[in-house]
Amino acid sequence: MPAGPTQLAGQRVAEALDRALPGIVTVSNDEWVEVAPARVDEALHWLHDSEEFDAAQLSSLCAVDYHDHFAVVYHLQSLDLNHQIVLKARVSDHEEPALPSSYPIYKGALLQEREVYDLMGIRFEGHPDLRRIFLWDGFPGHPLRKDFMGIGQGLTSGLRRFPFEDKANPDRQLNRDNLIGDEQDVPSEWSGTAPA
Amino acid sequence: MVGDGASMTTSAEPYVLNIGPQHPSTHGVFRIRVVMDGERIQDLDMIVGYLHRSMEKLAEERTYTQNIPFTDRADYLAAMSSNLGLCLAAERLADVEVPERASYLRVIFAELQRIASHAMANGTLVSDAGAWQTPLLYMFREREKILDLFEMTCGARLTTNYMRIGGVAFEPPPEFWPALEELVDELPDRISEYEELLTQNEIFVARTRNVGIISAEDAINGSLVGPALRGSGVPWDLRKAEPYCVYDRMEFDVPIGRTGDVYDRFMCRLAETRESTKIIRQAIEGIPDGPHKTDIPLALRPPPGEVYGRVEGPRGEVGFYLVSDGGPAPYRFHLRAPSLINLSLLRELARGASLSDAVVTLGSIDIVVGEIDR
Repeated sequence: MPAGPTQLAGQRVAEALDRALPGIVTVSNDEWVEVAPARVDEALHWLHDSEEFDAAQLSSLCAVDYHDHFAVVYHLQSLDLNHQIVLKARVSDHEEPALPSSYPIYKGALLQEREVYDLMGIRFEGHPDLRRIFLWDGFPGHPLRKDFMGIGQGLTSGLRRFPFEDKANPDRQLNRDNLIGDEQDVPSEWSGTAPA
Repeated sequence: MVGDGASMTTSAEPYVLNIGPQHPSTHGVFRIRVVMDGERIQDLDMIVGYLHRSMEKLAEERTYTQNIPFTDRADYLAAMSSNLGLCLAAERLADVEVPERASYLRVIFAELQRIASHAMANGTLVSDAGAWQTPLLYMFREREKILDLFEMTCGARLTTNYMRIGGVAFEPPPEFWPALEELVDELPDRISEYEELLTQNEIFVARTRNVGIISAEDAINGSLVGPALRGSGVPWDLRKAEPYCVYDRMEFDVPIGRTGDVYDRFMCRLAETRESTKIIRQAIEGIPDGPHKTDIPLALRPPPGEVYGRVEGPRGEVGFYLVSDGGPAPYRFHLRAPSLINLSLLRELARGASLSDAVVTLGSIDIVVGEIDR
């Protein structure tokens, strides 16, 4: 699996986290550790203060929309021990997603949480200044969500289609019929003969 | 009016001052609203987004290679570094080998870009501090030569689009190498010239010493990276901490500051250009023959998974968080933008400072608005 050269195994972090804060870890693998969303600030606080992990810096904070849930991803960096920890929180509520803010622990979260709120629509409870950052107030929706301006009926925008493909996939060579997309993308009423 | 002291003083109420979006001291389309009490700043609010192009959303519809030009437009003063960050992340995700010659070429171009970007940062900072355009144009002299080298290699000066997944796009032309050696030979003298010109300059020192001090704890906690972090005395550089390309074979120092003021950040940048010159010289000596890229499929389909690739750009850690679902385009493309995140402490720094000091502090953090807004 593609893990960073200095990334800590998620299991190791999970084990220590679970010992200190029982029941907080929900999933862990060799890349990341996932914690209960309502307690993500506890986990961050503990990792920040712990001598073993020394997560001194919140290097990056972003969110991913997986259609049925959001994953908020924290990349934590220890400058003294030179390792990286990837912490995730799964937010299941797709309508009103909310998480505790990490700003009381990391001042570097100030603008990053505003960005996630603006573009993904996740509220961070306890953030001192949660406003949109790039878009104006009243902008409809949150553009990084997967359902934002989606095209219905299973259609994709066309850019993702790649008819020319390559040597690695000989069965996906350039095919004139393919240029308008895969068969299953076309709604049934579009294909076939015109009704009499 | 004798004895009537009250009528002689002007009552000062806090007032709101708007700076930008078009203003020379904001280095781009960046707007600040400050609440002023006389000459002192009471509160500051930054308003960004004028250059927002929703790059991360657009990237989800394009292949990994098609996304490389977007990274040029994010940090348009350090296109090579952002190109490199995306390529390294995608290579790790798709497990692509890079030929050694390509790694050396990447180091040469990334370091040239660092010198060009620092020249711009320092030039505009000095110009913010009151020395009108002279030092800026002096520094542009070197930057121009570097941009000429870029142009002769890839045809573009700013939006280079030079790195590719698996290597670099082109082999530099034959006339590139003598021009590069000439530049590397004269750069140390030029840098000494700036040191003589500026580091002892009384006015510049008075304007920057003990201004905009960031403590090491605040810098770490506020997610600062790059010269903004190193200026506060934290020796943190990804080229040393997590060496990529061939940086582990290069000998160079990481300059750090002591007090964390504007002057230290300026000096860090100046010293870094000297170190970059050393790296380029070593890379010219060590570069092997061979191919400059590996062939990858036109539509690269990395296996499902995620990666966080990062490089030390001129402004600090440029991180790319890519999530793949096995398709030709990334499922999620997040650019960790150092310019935006370095501004996390701006409000705290500005409170209580005078307006002219805040302008210099903002200049010393070195922002690129294209990267803030994306």
